[in-house]
Amino acid sequence: MTILNLVFIVFLGILFFITYFHISNYILDIYGNKTLKRYNFENSIRVIIFITPAFIVLFIFILYPVFETIRLSFYDKFGREFVGLYNYKWAINDPEFRRSILNNLVWLLVVPTLSTFFGLVIANLADRIWWGSIAKSIIFMPMAISFVGAGVIWKFIYEYRGPENTQIGLLNAIIVSLGYEPQAWLTIPMWNNFFLMAIMIWIQTGLALVIFSAALRSIPKEMLEAARIDGASELKIFFSIIIPYLEQTILVIWTLITIIVLRIFDIIFAMTNGEWQTGVLANLMYDWMFRGGGDSGRGSVLAIVIMIGVIPILAWNLYKHRQEQKI
Amino acid sequence: MKKFSISSILSQLLLLFFVIIWIIPTFGLFISSLRDKDLLAISGWWTSLTTTEVNEIYRMSGMESQIEEDGYFKIKGKLFEDNSGKKIESFGITSKKINEFNIGDIAIFKDESEVLLDEDGNYEWRSKTEFKKKKGKRLFTTSLSPPAFTFENYREVLFKEGIGRAFINTMAVALPSTLIPLIICSFFAYSLTWMKFYGRDTLLAIIIASLVVPLQMSLIPILTIYNDFGALFGVAAKSYPGVWMAHTGFGLASTTFLLRNFLKSLPNEMMEAAKVDGASHYDIFLRIIIPLSIPAFASIFILQFLWCWNDLLVGLVFLDQVPSEIILTAKLKELLGSRGENWEILTTGAFVSMTVPLFIFFALQRYFIRGLVAGSVKG
Repeated sequence: MTILNLVFIVFLGILFFITYFHISNYILDIYGNKTLKRYNFENSIRVIIFITPAFIVLFIFILYPVFETIRLSFYDKFGREFVGLYNYKWAINDPEFRRSILNNLVWLLVVPTLSTFFGLVIANLADRIWWGSIAKSIIFMPMAISFVGAGVIWKFIYEYRGPENTQIGLLNAIIVSLGYEPQAWLTIPMWNNFFLMAIMIWIQTGLALVIFSAALRSIPKEMLEAARIDGASELKIFFSIIIPYLEQTILVIWTLITIIVLRIFDIIFAMTNGEWQTGVLANLMYDWMFRGGGDSGRGSVLAIVIMIGVIPILAWNLYKHRQEQKI
Repeated sequence: MKKFSISSILSQLLLLFFVIIWIIPTFGLFISSLRDKDLLAISGWWTSLTTTEVNEIYRMSGMESQIEEDGYFKIKGKLFEDNSGKKIESFGITSKKINEFNIGDIAIFKDESEVLLDEDGNYEWRSKTEFKKKKGKRLFTTSLSPPAFTFENYREVLFKEGIGRAFINTMAVALPSTLIPLIICSFFAYSLTWMKFYGRDTLLAIIIASLVVPLQMSLIPILTIYNDFGALFGVAAKSYPGVWMAHTGFGLASTTFLLRNFLKSLPNEMMEAAKVDGASHYDIFLRIIIPLSIPAFASIFILQFLWCWNDLLVGLVFLDQVPSEIILTAKLKELLGSRGENWEILTTGAFVSMTVPLFIFFALQRYFIRGLVAGSVKG
């Protein structure tokens, strides 16, 4: 496809939706009669015009797939024959699956916790220092770049050359200058997971940081002043006032990062492709979508396991939503 | 205010420590993308910031370029182009003793030919007898190289490695994938907020639930739909419109949710007044809602655009990995596999892929942060 064609279809694609809304509403405006009796009828048509495109997309891309994935998990690799719990049994007995689940759990434990912690600490430090906003910008910046881009950045840091060569990776250069042997970091089982997690923490701390910065401003200044006058140390203020006050925010950020980490795929796919025991569920799922011509049964089981991880959060969100509706 | 207290200095140092840790990886990538590719492969990027000593091997020209002068056969030439600012300190003629001679010394080979070298790399190789070999002899040089940067890698990567085309492809994926959800979700959010109809609350609950549904749940069924659709109508299963709609689907819940939160905050009286004046919902939408929502649109646009620009999985599954369709992240991943040792291509490619996000980040940071803080939860 030439670039000119590409520009043309991009333009056409966007125009299509604008035209749909404009023409349909325009026709309704002409033929719709504004008398009271027909106003309700006109409104019903209008509602249909307004919600139809979004609803179709929602149905095709979210609602139907959720049920279809559940169905497929009970069917064979082509989705044709019912096999009962066969795919689930396979998963439980598959060493790769166990490894992935274990890795995912470690990710879920480490990344949200450390990102939230660093975000909170940095937000606090930056809040009281005149060049704090520049510091915040810099630490927030990795949020803007892609996981793959971040992968390249960090792969360069972890780059390994044999002991006889000059190290061009920063980490190994530091290790060598301290007198140790250079290491191929990404191939050391178990520890390599932590080197991959470092990348995610590097990215997500920025997210925690900006949300905490906004929340910190809501803490009444008088309270902090009073504590200082009473002679409380900054550390004491941090643990006794700021953390309890931001409890809700901490929870929100922690869940936010948990959801992102649960479906982590790009970093591992780009850095190790799941080798050296670094695989997680999303990578294993991608693998099974295409391995041996694709196995929709096994892939679906893996997707469902990821989904199970978010169900508590989903339930909690719905519960909170209902509380809000009542008010 | 206690300005110079120990705790204040400590917290400044601690913050500085964090800032340095956070910026060094990106900074290293940027510097590396501007370095000469041969230097990049043999020395760390941090050495390029100061004048450094480099050891190199060059080969002089062979017999074809010899001339006869003053009773000698001479070969004259240059070891390297003189624009790099490199100065040779010492040189050698065997790999065992690479620092044997200083500039100005005459080095004598086993065959009794002599070589003179100046610090800019000009050499004169002379012999009483005629040169008979096609290849010249090797010279080992030790030179001081000042910090030198070049855009050569960028030219190479953009035009030869296909990153330039991938950049355009990514734009063709990201722009509609951002605008289409913005268009349809603004109508959707409007009707969820300001219109009364049966099933509205259920629909809202579905949106809230969809916020956290991981996109992995949708991949297999949608891929199947696309394959069936392609086979039924005889069109390609993987196409740009397919990716747009996939991104629209995955971004629909969060876009609607954020927009609804914003629309809810608008005063009800305004809509009522417009309705009394005989305005239809479409009039209200066009003339009141859109102008008021520009800041909210900007935030959501940036979030969704960055999401689509940085996405790998959707582009990998719903587009063919061919030059006319491959997106930047997929291309980078491919290069990581095939050119894993060519750091000049990887670092430069990564930086090219980061230009748009970084531009948005620095130019529109306010809207970006506002969108994130508004509570983006995306599956």
